[in-house]
Amino acid sequence: MKKYFTRMGDGSAVYMTEEEIRKDIEAGIANAVRGAKVDPLTDDEIEHLYNIITAPDSVVSVENHRRVVQTSDSSSNKLGRHSGIAIDQPTQTVIYERCLGCDSMDMGLNDYNFKAVKSCAENEAVIVKNALTYSAMPLLYGGMPNLGFYTKPDGPVDNWAELLPAGKLDEARAAQEEAVEYAVHDMVFVADTMYKVGVDGINLDTCGASGDADWLAALKACEIIRNKYPDMGVEMGMAGEFVLGMHGKLEYDGVRLAGLYPHQQVKLAEKAGATIFGAVVNTNSNMSFAWNLARTCTFIKACMEVAEIPVHVNVGMGVGAIPMSEYMPADVVSRTDKALIEICNIDGL
Amino acid sequence: MGGMHTAGDLVLRMQLAKGMKIDEAKKYVADKLGITVEELCDPIVMSEIREELGLGLQLPKSKDAIAMEAKINIAKVLGIKINSVEVFKSRANL
Repeated sequence: MKKYFTRMGDGSAVYMTEEEIRKDIEAGIANAVRGAKVDPLTDDEIEHLYNIITAPDSVVSVENHRRVVQTSDSSSNKLGRHSGIAIDQPTQTVIYERCLGCDSMDMGLNDYNFKAVKSCAENEAVIVKNALTYSAMPLLYGGMPNLGFYTKPDGPVDNWAELLPAGKLDEARAAQEEAVEYAVHDMVFVADTMYKVGVDGINLDTCGASGDADWLAALKACEIIRNKYPDMGVEMGMAGEFVLGMHGKLEYDGVRLAGLYPHQQVKLAEKAGATIFGAVVNTNSNMSFAWNLARTCTFIKACMEVAEIPVHVNVGMGVGAIPMSEYMPADVVSRTDKALIEICNIDGL
Repeated sequence: MGGMHTAGDLVLRMQLAKGMKIDEAKKYVADKLGITVEELCDPIVMSEIREELGLGLQLPKSKDAIAMEAKINIAKVLGIKINSVEVFKSRANL
């Protein structure tokens, strides 16, 4: 029986039969439908997905007119920080523009969270200003709300991760609510500083990583930033397909945040004024690429059906069906991109 | 989409600034440039247009607009405000 080369969610190679792949596609779809209460993919979409996964080519692609644009997170320092090349961020930015053909670039501090940036925002702004002077493509400044950074001993707020196991639910909720206000202040402060040197947009990245309070902070900050600077875009990227209820009772615009999936998250991002939404579906490294891609497409298709702002699906390491590996195999990356564009009609990556 | 190799940076600008979906953003840019949506991804067509309008090139010659020069032209062609252009003009008292 013929077996097709594909991968697991950790990137390791695996050979699967048609029956095994189809079974995993069905299971991945069922998992998403069960969790998010969204419609499954149609029979035609499943067939197309199967053909994409089993295509004999190493790298697959889309028709020319269906190509989409790309944003990123912290990419302006990846040649330096990840590849270990001695090079400054403005020079990296121009390399991404003129050598690598990127549509945009996102600058940020190595630690990539707004609390850390606040103390050196002026220094960061000079670096951003240089990059803006040297380049022509859109530049964003990004970071994570990273609410956990506001807990003791590094921050001023009691640690809800310690309070919750102790049964101190009210104290844990109060601590998170306090941290929200600190985080909003820091995100807006950094946005103010970067706007003044001319940045094109702010990237609020990995929102919800610390749960519903983390995402509330990002929504509030987005709303303030967009009201202050209507000409400056805000991209809001998520941490996962499901908002964890670390607080459980927090709401934005009358909607409880805990438990929301991408098709619900995007509506709140729109209300907060975000101009681009970064949808995320986490990769399960124990499951096959077929399972992960089918699950991702099911969540994202539902999100695209209701989204009124552009959605850039996160397809980095460990999200959007991309394997949990730093070394990206182009075979599965290109298959993921093709499936998201042709089945889900995404606006960007 | 290819960034400056094609028209990816211009399409992205319309998404980021105006919240345009991909088809709307592509059509907006194509109409402003007087080309088809298909041609937005053609590096031959786009390099000629970018050179002619001064929108920045991946392989610029001495006569070509780059960096801030290109952004000033992009703002005019797309009919949008670009924050760094406005800051540059303000700080330079232009």
